[in-house]
Amino acid sequence: MAAGSTYTPIATTTLGSNQASVTFSGISGSYTDLIIWTNAANTAGNAAIKVQVGNSSIDTGSNYSTTYLYGNGSTATSGRTTSATSMIAARTASTLTANGYITLQNYSNTTTYKTMLSRGNAANEMAVAYVGLWRSTSAINIITLTDENANNFISGSTFTLYGIAAA
Amino acid sequence: MLNIIAGSLSVGVTPSTSSYESIATVTVGAGGTGTVSFTSIPSTYTHLQIRGLFGANSSGQAYSINFNSDTGSSYSYHYLAGQGSSAFTGASTSRTFTLLTDTSGSGVTTSPTAFVMDLLDYRSTSKNKTMRTLIGNDANGSGQIYLVSGLWFATPAAITSISLGGLSGATFTQYSSFALYGIKGA
Repeated sequence: MAAGSTYTPIATTTLGSNQASVTFSGISGSYTDLIIWTNAANTAGNAAIKVQVGNSSIDTGSNYSTTYLYGNGSTATSGRTTSATSMIAARTASTLTANGYITLQNYSNTTTYKTMLSRGNAANEMAVAYVGLWRSTSAINIITLTDENANNFISGSTFTLYGIAAA
Repeated sequence: MLNIIAGSLSVGVTPSTSSYESIATVTVGAGGTGTVSFTSIPSTYTHLQIRGLFGANSSGQAYSINFNSDTGSSYSYHYLAGQGSSAFTGASTSRTFTLLTDTSGSGVTTSPTAFVMDLLDYRSTSKNKTMRTLIGNDANGSGQIYLVSGLWFATPAAITSISLGGLSGATFTQYSSFALYGIKGA
């Protein structure tokens, strides 16, 4: 069996001021999976993070969907979005007390639609898991993250992109 | 910071970027396959992680996991899941496998099922082995997301092989891929 060190940091964004979105562009196709770790807050409070992807430019069409499962301390339930203009993932709060991760597997293959897995954690609100779909066989080389309700991410929010290369 | 965040999440934990290594990858060829195996797994790591993306020969298929070719009644599992309108849970004890998922997507092209599975302390000879999995598929109007907890409670032995297989005729379709990683301890 081959072995090699991986889980390579590609880029980190720490916001120095409030900002509407974070974009990772020019992503190399040399990895197998991508992972984004988030510790983000926004100006309005608890929300998911919208995930849009594309090849060279962000796909803003209704080509995304998400199924999610969450528990908020009193109930567990599930929901979904269909034919949406983004996937949803992770979790934010009004302060930097929420975190999450977003993983895109085989993101650069040109055979399959792309599936996203994500976990979100907001201690004041919920724990949540997501699976999302981008209905495109294009390789992903650009990702944009925005607040679910179009509020700004606040200063100090961090977003770190990693690449994992399989043997 | 990464370790602090990692400690608060249930799957996908990575202690540091230099201790996470790729061990092996299986990509399914034409015709598909009923079983994918990783064998001769080295004991040089502390934890294992399998990251997969697969298609099923039809939707709603179930898939299993076995260790060290043990098919005795020495596995159990629990899951918490959602299918887009409600949450549900299930469990099984003294099974001949532990669960990867009991509801897959269909073909890998249009509804790929993705998962991340962690196997903790896999080389221990004194502890039963536990695993945790985040797995799901979405097909724009259908799909499900699962959090799975599994246990292999045979006489404790280091895990040296892992088999992922389809139940009741389920297969992994062409282009399905499975990658095994090792995570070192300090």
